Amino acid sequence: MARTWTKLAAGVVAIAVAGVAVGIAVTKPQRQPADHWANLGAPDLANGEKVFWAGGCVSCHADPSAEGDALKIMSGGRALKTPFGTFHVPNISPDKHAGIGGWTLAQFGDAMTRGVGDDGEHLYPSFPYGSYARLTPKDINDLYSYLKTLPPSSNVALPHELSFPFNMRIALGGWKMLYLTDAPRVQLGSADEKVKRGQYLVEGPGHCGECHTPRDALGGFQKDKWLAGGPDPEGKGSIPNITPGSKKVGSWSEDDIANYLESGFTPDFDSVGGSMVDVQKNIAHLPKGDLQAIAAYLKSVPAR
Amino acid sequence: MKSKVVIAAAIALCLGAGVAGMASAAGEPQVVRQGLMKKVGGSLGALSAIAKGTKPYDAATVKASLSAISESAKAFPEQFPAGSETGFETSAAPAIWQNMADFKARAAKLGSDADAILASMPADQAGVAQAIEKLGADCSACHQTYRLKR
Ligand code: HEC
Ligand code: HEC
Ligand code: HEC
Repeated sequence: MARTWTKLAAGVVAIAVAGVAVGIAVTKPQRQPADHWANLGAPDLANGEKVFWAGGCVSCHADPSAEGDALKIMSGGRALKTPFGTFHVPNISPDKHAGIGGWTLAQFGDAMTRGVGDDGEHLYPSFPYGSYARLTPKDINDLYSYLKTLPPSSNVALPHELSFPFNMRIALGGWKMLYLTDAPRVQLGSADEKVKRGQYLVEGPGHCGECHTPRDALGGFQKDKWLAGGPDPEGKGSIPNITPGSKKVGSWSEDDIANYLESGFTPDFDSVGGSMVDVQKNIAHLPKGDLQAIAAYLKSVPAR
Repeated sequence: MKSKVVIAAAIALCLGAGVAGMASAAGEPQVVRQGLMKKVGGSLGALSAIAKGTKPYDAATVKASLSAISESAKAFPEQFPAGSETGFETSAAPAIWQNMADFKARAAKLGSDADAILASMPADQAGVAQAIEKLGADCSACHQTYRLKR
């Protein structure tokens, strides 16, 4: 996970740089309008669990040594070391004091889709809300209610240890202004429902682009390289291209891709590795239809 | 005329060097260990065909595949001498040489899990599917830390 972390935290480089780039045009954290979260009806817990696994909350918010049922204890505490300092992932269990048990749906939804914390502060994009911004209010409501069914934990995570200027949340406004959007990452010709579902899962909860898309100097995605892979920013190994242009995945059938996500095996029986292991374990909880939808979408994106 | 001979000689030299290069590559630890892993992957593929029902259950195939996995897993960690950290398109992670004992223990676990399954011999398609689940967890647990795509 350390690798994952550095990868996702690449966005943080932008804190300083983007702040300067936009002339310290610091923007205020923007919540969703209150009615965004109104009239959602009774939550569907089974769907909430699906969103939970698709979102991979476990990879960052569970204790690093957790296995089995303990994976569902969202105690936080994982230390994510990056070149800018160490992030300590917060507790999002339903504990009223240590966790988010006291949060309203709107507070939770604004954190997930706008990167706004409970004190109205900017959250770091290392929490991949840049992708979660695409979640529907219904999925947020279902996830919110599902998280409340998980065991509480009283663990209090340490504060982040970031060096100046990365420790200045206020500068994150610049990054958000440049990059925070809930627009589709690619325009697809196909209006097929299956492909659309795949687009939602990959670009939204699955946050696949956070690792598989190379970033520019300010930590934003290179728009014309969506899912094209590239060197791991930490300088170790690389993240594979998963568009139809890849020599490898490009030659896999939809079934091959769905099967990889379900079983962790490539068509030639190589086994999943690196930071993809946790992703695969989480995503394998989704129904087959959803894995097929992800595969159909990966076959539809522009070849890179 | 003369230049043609020179070119021909140069081509011959190059070919020779190519062949010699390949001959020695076959014995390099990087190449040997990749071969062992390919064998592990191939064996798992044979088991998977049975688990999925694309091939009928066949005790001889199951036995041969599990034995191949067990033997390969035991030979595998011996193929990481100092100096084999890079080259020959290895995707071995530097972490192997920093945690050799843990790396060896993970290989040993794959070997002993395959042996245990052999001892109780899966008797049908469902049994083979269970075996794959168990072995598959060993594959990804090791690849998570010790394998690095380049
Ligand atoms: C890649 C790692 C990662 C993943 C995956 C992740 N988070 Fe987080 N999350 C973080 C980090 C780091 C923070 C702290 C951000 C900050 O302090 O600005 C955070 C903060 C939060 C917060 C705000 C908590 C607070 O006290 O301010 C919530 C709510 C949250 N995450 C929910 C989720 C949910 C729900 C999921 C799964 C759908 C999820 N996270 C997945 C890393 C992650
Ligand atoms: C935390 C970073 C991360 C995230 C998030 C992530 N991946 Fe990956 N992915 C990787 C890495 C690293 C690999 C290489 C795995 C290996 O070394 O075996 C990979 C490999 C793959 C492969 C196989 C490619 C190949 O050439 O072997 C596919 C397909 C894939 N990912 C799809 C996805 C999908 C779909 C998602 C979203 C649900 C996703 N990934 C999210 C890091 C990530
Ligand atoms: C003890 C650690 C370990 C275990 C257990 C393990 N692997 Fe590997 N595997 C590796 C390493 C390290 C490499 C990279 C070798 C290299 O390139 O030098 C690798 C490479 C591979 C390759 C690519 C070989 C090539 O270069 O073509 C395949 C296929 C593979 N493993 C399949 C599996 C399968 C299937 C399992 C489980 C049955 C498994 N592995 C278990 C460590 C392991």
